[in-house]
Amino acid sequence: MKIFEQLNIPQQCRKYGVSIWQCPSFLFLIMGMLIALTAILSYFVGTKFIEEPRIVALIVLIVTAILFILATLIVNSFEKLAQANKMKSEFINIASHHLRAPLSNLIWALEFLMSGRLGRISENQLEYFKILKENSERMQNLLKDLIIVAKIEGGSLSFKEEEFSLEELTREIIQQFESFAKASNCEIEFFTEENLPKIYGDRHQIRQVIENLLDNAIRYTKGKGKVKIKIKRDKKFVYFEVKDNGVGIPKEEQKFIFQKFFRSSNILKYTTQGTGLGLFIAKAIVERSGGKIGFTSQEGRGSTFWFTLPIKK
Amino acid sequence: MKKILFIEDESALQKTFKDILEKEGYELISAFDGETGLESAKTQKPDLILLDLILPRKNGFEVLEKLKKDEVTKEIPVIVLTNLEDIESVEKAIELGATTYLVKAQYSLEEVIQKVKKALEE
Repeated sequence: MKIFEQLNIPQQCRKYGVSIWQCPSFLFLIMGMLIALTAILSYFVGTKFIEEPRIVALIVLIVTAILFILATLIVNSFEKLAQANKMKSEFINIASHHLRAPLSNLIWALEFLMSGRLGRISENQLEYFKILKENSERMQNLLKDLIIVAKIEGGSLSFKEEEFSLEELTREIIQQFESFAKASNCEIEFFTEENLPKIYGDRHQIRQVIENLLDNAIRYTKGKGKVKIKIKRDKKFVYFEVKDNGVGIPKEEQKFIFQKFFRSSNILKYTTQGTGLGLFIAKAIVERSGGKIGFTSQEGRGSTFWFTLPIKK
Repeated sequence: MKKILFIEDESALQKTFKDILEKEGYELISAFDGETGLESAKTQKPDLILLDLILPRKNGFEVLEKLKKDEVTKEIPVIVLTNLEDIESVEKAIELGATTYLVKAQYSLEEVIQKVKKALEE
């Protein structure tokens, strides 16, 4: 049975979480075919130019041996790389899980103290409890992102398929962002079409995509801001877009924007908070859901991020 | 007074829940591992069980399975309270008979208490 598993190359590559051209099993197959091909080729070339069959056999043997050694070396080093990559993801996963439990304990204990059920606390004390809670929640959010990144890279991001209304979900999220938008002096406008069909995907994960995009739009709009959200039908997809008049992304940095841990230089002028994971996660989730994601942006004028999700499979 | 059994190995959480639920007028029985939790469920017959999944001496899934197989305990509603959030775990717990599945990091303490209250009213 194990040999069949080994032969299931797409599955093997997913397990390592690397692209096909870095995947040891795939490289092994390609190299094997290359060696066989070269062996046959050198046989034919040999017989054409050399009379002595023993020398032909020797040449074929030497060429094959050299190629085999080279191939083994290459595949081995890729195997090591892929394994290191996998171990890194597993490490993040384990570390984050062990950090999560104490953080939940901490946050819940704080909430209990802040609720006043154990006795009244002064305004001044409450301010400090709020600081503790906000910072604990920041850690919790970072962990949430790290865990999902580890899952994406380990190829184990599970995916619950359900039908739901993107419009309803968006309204929920806008409501949830209301106070943050207000505090940032930002106005959210929402445009939608009538009779939008339901979409197909993992509601919880799509929520995270929209939250990440909306959070960026509000966070990176300085001064009086306007964020416009638009949903419309686009053939077999539903199209979602969030447009801001914020700081924008410099042209030369645009190609890196979906890379893990990448943070734009003009954002770093304003804030050092943020992990550079949000868009990486958004892209992985949208693509996993059978949709597309993209953006247009002009430095100093604002950005528009969009994604599509399939209506039905 | 309604009785709640809390099977959870984190003593910090045990204390928080004991304090808050007793102030809400419930009696909280603490069990710090799966084995003890099962025993307490049989002897104390609580009205509700709060169950963690990663536990010493019998994990939460085993506890849930045994609870639902036992005539004495099978009617008691079980709220799973855990940090495992993969779909496989959620589906497995629901299949085994959990009433509600809550991921700790996704809920505030207040929300969890409301869910507990609701489950006890039903």
